[in-house]
Amino acid sequence: MAGSRLDPWVEHYAVRARGMTASEIRALFSVASRPEVVSLAGGMPYVSALDMDSLADTVAAVIRESGAQALQYGSGQGDVTLREQILEVTGEVGVRAHPDDIIVTTGSQMALDLVTRVFCDPGDVVLVESPSYVGALGVFRAYQCDVRHVAMDENGLDPVALQQAIDDVRAAGKRIKVIYTIPSFHNPAGISQDQKRREQILAIAQNNGILLLEDDPYGLLGFEGVAPQAIRALDDQGVVYLGSFSKTIASGLRVGWAVAPHGVREKLVLAAEAATLCPSNYAQLTVSQYLATQPWRQQVKVFQEIYRERRDALLESLQAMMPEGTRWTIPAGGFYSWVTLPAGLDATSMLPRAVAALVAYVPGTGFYVDGQGRQNLRLSYCYPEPDRIREGVRRLAGVIETELELAQTFGTAESLHQPTGESTPAPDLA
Amino acid sequence: MRVLVLAGGLSPERDVSLRSGRRVAEALRVARPEWEVAEADVDAQLLDTLTRQSPDVVVPLLHGAAGEDGSLRDLLDALGIAYVGTDGAGGRMAFDKPVASTLVRGAGVSVPAFLVLPQATFRELGAARVMSAIGAHIGFPLVVKPTRGGSALGVAIVQTEAELPAALVGAFSYADTAMVQAFVGGTEIAAGVIDIDGVPTALPLVEIVPDGALYDYTARYTAGTTEFFCPARVDDSVAARVQEVALRAHALLGLRHLSRTDVIVDAAGTVWFLETNAAPGMTETSLMPQALAAAELDAGETIARIIAR
Repeated sequence: MAGSRLDPWVEHYAVRARGMTASEIRALFSVASRPEVVSLAGGMPYVSALDMDSLADTVAAVIRESGAQALQYGSGQGDVTLREQILEVTGEVGVRAHPDDIIVTTGSQMALDLVTRVFCDPGDVVLVESPSYVGALGVFRAYQCDVRHVAMDENGLDPVALQQAIDDVRAAGKRIKVIYTIPSFHNPAGISQDQKRREQILAIAQNNGILLLEDDPYGLLGFEGVAPQAIRALDDQGVVYLGSFSKTIASGLRVGWAVAPHGVREKLVLAAEAATLCPSNYAQLTVSQYLATQPWRQQVKVFQEIYRERRDALLESLQAMMPEGTRWTIPAGGFYSWVTLPAGLDATSMLPRAVAALVAYVPGTGFYVDGQGRQNLRLSYCYPEPDRIREGVRRLAGVIETELELAQTFGTAESLHQPTGESTPAPDLA
Repeated sequence: MRVLVLAGGLSPERDVSLRSGRRVAEALRVARPEWEVAEADVDAQLLDTLTRQSPDVVVPLLHGAAGEDGSLRDLLDALGIAYVGTDGAGGRMAFDKPVASTLVRGAGVSVPAFLVLPQATFRELGAARVMSAIGAHIGFPLVVKPTRGGSALGVAIVQTEAELPAALVGAFSYADTAMVQAFVGGTEIAAGVIDIDGVPTALPLVEIVPDGALYDYTARYTAGTTEFFCPARVDDSVAARVQEVALRAHALLGLRHLSRTDVIVDAAGTVWFLETNAAPGMTETSLMPQALAAAELDAGETIARIIAR
C-alpha cells in the first residue's frame, strides 16, 4: 500500500528542484520581520530616504503623458531612451558603450539568470568568490552548475588562487564557463578590489579565455570620493557587466541591466523574450522619467551619507562591544560587513538564540555552496537606523558571549545537523 | 458571530503558525460564510485588537511559547474572552515535555527513559562527566531535544557519545534545558483527539515515514519529503492501544477540544509516548488535518462546531 506524500507531483519535479525545501533558517527569518527584532540580516535599501512626493509626481507624469506606452508590451531589449540614460549612470564607473549593447532586465538578478542560461550547461564550472552573493549561487545551482569557491584576501578575489583554481579544474578535464565577481563593496564580504587587483583578475580571465561576469549593484554607493572604476571599463569584449537601480533608486521598481558584447547581447535578448517577453514598460518609463526630471546624482549622495552614518554606527558598536576574538571587515561602501566569530562558534546553530534575543543576521553558510562559512555571519547596516544598529550589536554581543560559554562547556559549538534549504531571508524581509 | 484567529507571535514557529492561521481562517469562512472571521498577530497591540474587535471567540493557532505555554490562554480567561482549545494549565503541562512525560508515565503509559538537564548543570558539574553519565544511564542511540518547543527544532538523534556535545549545543540554542531520551525505533504515529460534544474521540491514526532518519523541520513542511499512511499500517489491537494512549494523555493533561499525541510503536507492539501537542499544526502538510480528513471531517466545519458550542 502506498501512502500519501501530500503532493501528487513529487515524482515529476526536475532534478534542479530537489534542493528547494522548507528551511529552519527561513522560519527564523520570519520572526525577524517583527518590529521587536533588530534585523541586521536582509539587504533592503532604505527607500524611505526617497522624496516620495516627487516620485508620486514622476509616476503620475508617466501615466498622464505616456500611459498608453507604459501600460503596453515593449521591446525585449528594453526602452531605448532608458538604455541611453543608463549609459550616463554607468559612465560614473567608467563603463562606456552603445545603447544597443545594453539589455534592460527585471533587476540585475534576471540578467544573472539570463547569462547563466545562455552560457552554462549542467556540470559546467563557475568560479565564484569565497564567500559569494547568495542570489548568484541560487541561479548557478538552478542551472546545475558546478560552483567552485576561490579565496579572497583584503583586496578581494586572490589572483594566485584564481589561476590555481583554473589550472586545477582544467586538469580535471572540466570546462569553466564564467568567473563571477563583485569587485566593489562585495556582498557579503564588504571589501573591494583595488585598481591593480581588477587589472590582474581581468588579465587572468583574458589569458584563459573565460568570460568575466562583473556584478556591480553597489558601485555608486562608496563612502570615499570617486566611485571605483568597473572592470568592464578596461575590456568591452571579455566582460559582461551587470548594473541595477535597486540601490540607487528603488529595489521595488525591479529595473537592472546588463552591458554585453554584441554576440552575447543578442542571445540575452532572445533568452529574455523567452523568459518574460519584455521588462516592465511601466517600471522602465518611471525610471526614465525620474532620471530625466529628478536630481538623481544628489539622491545617490543622500543614500551614501545615510549608509555611511549607519556603517559608522555598526563599526563603532562592534569595536566597543564584540567579545575578544571576533573580527569583521571594514566596508568603504555598500551594505555589509562580514564577521568572523571566535574559534569554535557556529553562526548557524547560534541563530535561534539570536532571534530569541531579538536580533537577526545571516549565517555565513548561505554564501557558500560547500558548507564553509560556519564561523561567519553577514551584518547589514542599510535598513535599521543608527540607534537600532547599536542596540542590535549590543544584543548580538550578548548572544556571542553566551555561545562562547557553551563552547567552553562542551568544547565545541559545531551543530550536529546543518539545516537544509534556503539559509538567507526572502528578499522582502529586512 | 465574531471570530478572531490569532497566529504568528515571536516563536521560531511563527511561520508555521501563520500558515496554520490563514488555513483555519479560510476554512471557517467557507464553513460559516455568515460569521465575521478576522486574523491578527500576537504583538504589542494585541490587547487593543481584542478591545477593538471584541470577538465572541478567539481561535489561538500559536505554536511555541506564548501560544502553547498557556500564558495567552490565561490572559484570555482573565479578559473573559472565550477561545478554542485547552486552558492555560493544560497548555503549560503539555508544552513542557518532561512534565507531560512524567504525568503520563505515572498513569502507566510507557515513556522512553529520559533525563532533564539544564545548561547550567553541564557548566557546574563538568560537561564530560555529565555526558558520560548520560551515556551510562540512557545508552545510545538517544534523542536530544529542547524541553519546550515544537516542529522538531533543535532535535537530534545521537548515535555515539562523540556526537552528544553538538546535539546538546543545538538543543540549547532553542531552550535553556534539554531533554535527553532513549531512542526507540519503530513506527512513528500521530494520534489526534477531538472533543466537540464533551466526549473526547480519537481520530484515525497517521503513520509518518520521513525520507530521512528524522521527521525534522524540512520533512514536516516540504510536501513530498515524507510519506503518510492514514490509517496507520498497524493491527487493530495496536491501533486501539495508540488511541487509548492519546485519549489518556488528553485527559491527564486536562486538554480541551483538540490535541495530537505522538507515539512510537516498537517491534514488540509496545506504544511509547513521546509528546502531546495542545495546539497542533494545521498547515497543508500537518498531521491533524490529515487525521480529520480520514475521519471525513472538514477542518473548518469541526472548528466551527467547537466554536458554536
